[in-house]
Formats: sequence, C-alpha cells, structure tokens
Amino acid sequence: MPDTHTPTAPTASRVRLGSNAGQPMTRRDGVAKVTGSATYAADNRPSDLLHAVFASAGIARGRVSHMDVDAAKSHPGVVKVLTPQNCPSLEIDPDAKPHAFSWRIEVLQNDSVRYAGQPIALVVAETLEAATEGARLLSPTYEEQPVRIGFDGDAPYDPPAIGIGSAPSFTKGDIDAGHASAEYSTETSIETPIQYHNAMETHAIVAEWNGDRLTLDTPNQAIVMARGMFAGYFGLPPENVTLRSPYLGGGFGSKAVPIGPQLLAILAARMLKRPVKLALRRDQMFGPVLHRGATRQTLKLGTDADGRLTALEHHSTGVTSSFDEFIEPAANASHNLYASPAIVTRHKAVRADIGTPGPMRAPGEASGSAALEIAMDIAAEAAGLDPLEFRLRNYAETDPASGKPFSSKALRECYAAAAKQFSWASRPRAPGQMRDDVGRLVGWGMGSCLFPNPMFPAQARAVLRRDGTALVETAGADMGQGAWTALAQIAADGVGLPADRIEFRSGTSDLPDGGIAGGSGHTASAGGALYAAGSDVIAKLAGLATNDPASPLFGAGNVGVAARNGRLFRADDETRSERYEDILARAGLDEIEGAGSGGRDPANAEARAMFSHGAVFAEVTIDPDLYQIRVSRLVGAFAAGRIINPKLAKSQLTGGMIWGVGFALHEEGLHDTRTGRPMNADLAGYHVPVNADVPSVEALIIDEEDPYVNPLGIKGVGEIGITGTVGAIANAVWHATGARIKSFPIHIDALLR
Amino acid sequence: MPLSISLTINGNRHDTLLDDARATLLDVLRERIGLTGTKKGCDRGQCGACTVLVDGRRINACLTLAASVDGATITTIEGLARDGELHPVQAAFIENDGFQCGYCTPGQIMSAVGLIAEGDAGDDPERIREGMSGNICRCAAYPGITQAVLDAQRRLADDERVSA
Repeated sequence: MPDTHTPTAPTASRVRLGSNAGQPMTRRDGVAKVTGSATYAADNRPSDLLHAVFASAGIARGRVSHMDVDAAKSHPGVVKVLTPQNCPSLEIDPDAKPHAFSWRIEVLQNDSVRYAGQPIALVVAETLEAATEGARLLSPTYEEQPVRIGFDGDAPYDPPAIGIGSAPSFTKGDIDAGHASAEYSTETSIETPIQYHNAMETHAIVAEWNGDRLTLDTPNQAIVMARGMFAGYFGLPPENVTLRSPYLGGGFGSKAVPIGPQLLAILAARMLKRPVKLALRRDQMFGPVLHRGATRQTLKLGTDADGRLTALEHHSTGVTSSFDEFIEPAANASHNLYASPAIVTRHKAVRADIGTPGPMRAPGEASGSAALEIAMDIAAEAAGLDPLEFRLRNYAETDPASGKPFSSKALRECYAAAAKQFSWASRPRAPGQMRDDVGRLVGWGMGSCLFPNPMFPAQARAVLRRDGTALVETAGADMGQGAWTALAQIAADGVGLPADRIEFRSGTSDLPDGGIAGGSGHTASAGGALYAAGSDVIAKLAGLATNDPASPLFGAGNVGVAARNGRLFRADDETRSERYEDILARAGLDEIEGAGSGGRDPANAEARAMFSHGAVFAEVTIDPDLYQIRVSRLVGAFAAGRIINPKLAKSQLTGGMIWGVGFALHEEGLHDTRTGRPMNADLAGYHVPVNADVPSVEALIIDEEDPYVNPLGIKGVGEIGITGTVGAIANAVWHATGARIKSFPIHIDALLR
Repeated sequence: MPLSISLTINGNRHDTLLDDARATLLDVLRERIGLTGTKKGCDRGQCGACTVLVDGRRINACLTLAASVDGATITTIEGLARDGELHPVQAAFIENDGFQCGYCTPGQIMSAVGLIAEGDAGDDPERIREGMSGNICRCAAYPGITQAVLDAQRRLADDERVSA
C-alpha cells in the first residue's frame, strides 16, 4: 500500500496527544444507533421513489436465451425492465479495470452468464413488492455450458500478482539447505473455503439525478475514491457526484468498490428521471459482491534439534473467477512472523465459474495464519516442545522477510499476558488429557497474530470559530469500527479542545478525502490528517497571539505555545495563557482554518517493518460421543501501538476473534459442482457465530509506544483479531482429540477416526 | 384489491390502506409508514434485524404479513425512549458497547426488551446468550450485548423493586 504522503504537521517523531485520545469514550453515534435514527442507505426515502430488484442468473456459465419481459412489464406497478437489449452502455467498460481497486462487474453489457447469481435484468417498479414479482416473472431460460467449480475444475496457473498488486512468490535464503539441515521435517496441507462477508446491511443504494448531478446514498468504505469511480462510469467530473455514507451496516472489505447492481440502479434512475432504491436480497450477497477466495495450502517446516526453524516453505493455491483475478495472498502470512534462515512462499491460481473474490477482513493474513499456526503446532509437537515455547524460540527480533528492525514489537509481552490470563502453564503437553466436569473433552491451543500497518492518503480540514468551538472534517467511513468516535477524539486533541466542543463532520464525499477504511489503517491515516489539520490551525492561532502585543502570549513565538482545553499556553510559563475566543476576537476574525494530511515519514517507512502483533489462546470443549465442538474460552493479547479508544478497540479485537471462531467452525460457501449454484446462500445455511457460540472472549491490550509508524504512533486493530485465533482453535481441537485439522470449517467428521 | 388495516405503533394509531396484500409488516413499517429504524437483514427470519414487539411479544417483522396483524399494538425501536430519555436497554447497549456498525442493533434491543419481559433468562448469562441467539451481529459485539442485557435486566429489576 502506498505510503506517499508527507505530513504537513506535526514534525515531531512522536506527538503528545491531549486528554481525549486514550479515553474509553462511548460512541458518539450511540444514541442515533440505539434509537433507530441512524440513517443507513436503504433508510432514505426521497419523494417519487422507485424500487428496483435485479434478477439473478440461475446458471453459472453460458448465456441467457430468453426472458419473459412482457410478463414482467405487464405486472401492475412495474415501470421498466432493463435487459442487455435495452441497457445503455457506460462511459467505462464494466469489464475494464481503470483503477487499482477496479473489479470486472456486470452491468447488463451482454447476455453471457459467468457465475450463478450474476445480475441478468433489472426490474423497476412503484413498490418493492411489484419489482420483486416482476423479476420473478422474467422466468429466464439459458444455454448452459459445463461448469468449473473448486480447485479441480480447471488447471492451476501462475498468477501475475496476488491480492492487490503483490508479488506471487518470495524467496529468502537457501530453502533446500534449510530442509537438509533440519532435525525434524514436518509437512501439512490445509484447505480453507469460500467465505462471504455478509455484512448485516446488504449492499444498498438510493440514486437520484438532478440534471448532470448525481446523489448516491450507499454504504462505502472509501468514500472519495469510490465517488471518482462512480463518476467515471457515467462520464461525470467527480465533483458532480455526492456519495453519502454516514453509517455502514458493516463492510469487512466488501463495500469499497462499485458493484454492478449499484450501477444498474443509477442507470435506471437516469432513464426514468426518478430516484431509485435497490437493496440486495441476502441471497444476492453470495456472488456479485466479492468473497474470501478458497485456498489449498501446503507448509513444509524444517526444525533443528533446539527447536529453531531451518526452513519455512508455504505454498497456496487460490481460486478466482473465470474472468477476473483476486488471489488470496495466504502464503504471505509466513513472511514476517517467525525467524527462519530460509523462507519460500509461492502462489498458484485456479479459475472457476464463480463471482470474483476480493478483500475480506484480513485478506491473506486470516487464511494464511490459520495454516501457518497449525504447521507451527505440528512442528512444536515434532520437536517435543510446548507450542508457546516453540514460538518463543522462533521469535523474530527483526523482520524475517526484509531483515529490517520492527518499528515496535511487543509480541513477547502479548504471549506472557495472554498465557497468564489463560493459565496456559498448567497445560499437559500430550493431547486427549483433559476433561471437564461433565466428561467433555477439553483442549487448549494457541496462535500468534500479525497484521501489517498500511496507511492511505488522507486529508482533513480544521476551523477554529470565534465562539471557542471547532469544526473538523474528513470523509471518514464508520462501518462499526468507531470512526465517528475515535477520529473525533484525535480531532479534538488536534485543536486542543474537549471532544464536546468540536463539530466533527464525516461520512460524505464533499469533505476532504479521509482515505480508505481498510487495511486496519483508517484511524492512523484519517486520524493523522485530522491531527495535522488541528496542529496547522493552532499554529496559525499561535501566530496571531504571539505577534499581538495585547496578548499574554506576545513574544512567545520562539519558546512556543501549547494548546489545551481551549487555551493557548506559553510553553515555558503556563501562567501565561489565553482563550481561543479572545485571540480571534481581538484579531477581528470569525474563524481561522487549517488543513493537514496523514502519512508517515518516508524514511521510517523505508527503514522499518511495521506490524501489529498479538497472541490468542483458545479452549474447546468437545462432546466425546457427538464430537460437537464449542469454543468455551478465548483470551487474546494485542500490541497495536497507541490505542485511541480502548473500549472501541477491544470491541474490534473481540469481534475479530469471533470472526476467527466463524472461520474455524462455521463459515463455508458451498457450490453444487454440477450446476455451479451456491447451495447455502442465506443465513440459515451459511453459518456465522451467534451469541451462544462465544461464551467467553477476552482481549487484553498491551501498551506499545511506536515512534516510527506514524506521528501519532497508531497501528491498527480491525483485522488482527481473526489471525491467530483460527489456528489456536484448530490446535485446541487437536489437543482435545489428537486429530490434526486439514480443512476449515472443522466438521465433526474430521474428528471421527 | 386495497386492504385497510389499523395498527397502533409506538402509541400512535396508523390506519393504513395497504395497496398490496403481499406487503410484510417490515416493509410496511419501513417503506409506507416511514419508520426505518427497524432493519432488513435477510427478509426470511434468519437474522433478527427486523425484531419488533407485537402485542408485547418479539417477532420477526419480515416473516409477518402486515395484513395478519390488523388491530395489533406494535413497538419499534423508535418507540422505546420516553420523553427523550433512553430506555434502560438502550442506555446499557451504549455503555457496554453492545454494537459496532449498529445495523442489527434495533433488532437486538427489541429482542432484549422482549427477552427481559419474558422473564426466563433472568441474570444468567448463558440463558441470555441463548435467548439472544436469534439476532445475528456480524460485527460480533456479542460480549457487549450480553453484558448490556445483564445490566439492563438488573436496572429494570431494581426499578421494579423501587416502584413496588
């Protein structure tokens, strides 16, 4: 990810934040969310609104030969049926990829079908019920071709890139020599399935044209970037598009880029000159809106007699679509966590007749960590070592891939804190030794967590007003991680005011670009910009005061001033201070404005490896007769630099850990290999954790000061929780039963031996 | 054929001329009456985002044809706070960070209000988790949700003791 932005301010390598950051404030959007007044995209109801429903392909490969458009059109209330025959073309080919974050999408550009669930027509009606029935009446028929599903439907190939533009392979050291010198050689293969983001809010849009201006209410994780992408498809300058996304009902990586159904709704609104609402049905979330790609991974580890790795080899084959490419970068999880003189990672790809995968919470890291942590557990067993001791012996003091020092790394402290809280020391080494008081098998396992610290370009604006308040703004995206709160806390400290004296604007595209809410980098990126904007406006205010003979701060320009609680203080004499209001009033100004951008020092980015770390310990209880698996306890400890809001950060971390439970035990997208159709495209068939699945989940936060990662020392907490956890659960299942896990989710039959 | 139904929603009577007998209670609330606090997550009773109280019982509004609840008294998330003061369950969700993205939250809260009224879970966290498991939270704010229900249950029990 690009680290190209140089901060305008502050210049100090580490900033002292004020009294807002670090506090466990409750969410500023809390009242709106608990009273039902928070407005999500589909809650918008402009007057004269039409409802749109798209028809989904019932085959996975071939073409649509016929649709009964007349039947749909004649249904009362239906006003328009869009098919490839009458659908206007876009200014940018939906099969083009003009942007690094572009996917090939379906906007009725032709009658071909390339995966089941693909949009094949759009029905627009006066009511949702009429549109739904109209779409059903289309009764499409198809010319069907044989489908390719899973790893074995097509021949593997070498992808040019994996993830978003990453290299598909990596080599460090002499892997053959590493294997040859090993005392213990272990190999394991692990499969991970297709997983779907399934945010509670389906992708929804309300599109309204006003001449050549377009207003979109649609959830988005990258508001300003996506505005430009939407504008491009319609040949508009970006400023003609307003994208409003004050609240996302979850995103998890699926809501950053435009998808076909959104563009169809916009086209329909333009044709009909009326606002159009389209909200995907739940079953339509299993195809056109990305997913986590399936992987088949193999790890070969060599370990010497002292339990130190001599070779770490990680291969992964990822499944992508027949027409586009996103390869889960799973093997890259082995680059930065454990010390080994030789590391090799390789990725292959296989095409299938499914929708294209994309980033889903910890893309690559989650799947790769799941396999790596099992492989480490097997190697520990071979070496006769406790799993935690084995990981400590292979602790990476510098980044294994690059050799660079870490900007900070408190993983040792994470291991110690979580192990203590979990009582790991009392664990018997051999499997099958523990039972609970009702006779269930009990197992304990652990895993290490790692997630990189990317930053995205971000800008912000801060305005100090004569009434002593401030307006601070950036187009941030709150998908539940708490941007409305954490970013406001940073913004308040930037302007030296209590949080209740700032107006924080966010969530709409007419504000400065807040960057991408992804890669766990939003708080660092947008927060850095907000702080820099605050520092900029405070510097201007200080300039007014220190040059004004009537100010108690007159002449303090060289010693400097500090901003706190609405006052500027002379740095060397805190008895001399003045309120913001008084400075502005004497200068005859109603307000002054500052701007800033987020980023990290490029020299630090070049010199250091930057990651959040953690450790997760899991307990499972397993029915000895039925083999029903329950995760009875999870304890994690995480070091992620400066924590802006511990209450929200813990929610992110436990939420990620519970995603680990879903990965380990529940989530699996299944396709019929004969028809290519999804077999479990709803929330009854596609299982995600519910409350009863997670009786005890605890996240500890380990203090970590990072003077290099960015001026505020923020890393990121959004995705790391899922890493480590999956492997920890699988290893706990082994510890309870002696069965090593070969595929996820862990099914009961994997334990029947 | 249009169908007239009468609903008492959050204390207000709504006489609604249903233009379509297929309309669910959820879609009538959201698209016709304009109470969009109740959310659609799956539209088939699998996620609980649309939970409302019908005559005091928690139900999935997406599985309920509006025509079938003619004459019923309905409470939605918009009707929980009184005179600008949050219901104890609402306040407890904020204090315990019982949500992240907030989309399932109206359903979680209505379900919690229903669960507490049912009186079966009491202050047993395991029963609360079980009783709240018809409401999926993809952000997985479950630890906070359970704690919020426990807190609210205690607060409501205390209030009852005081007023008794």
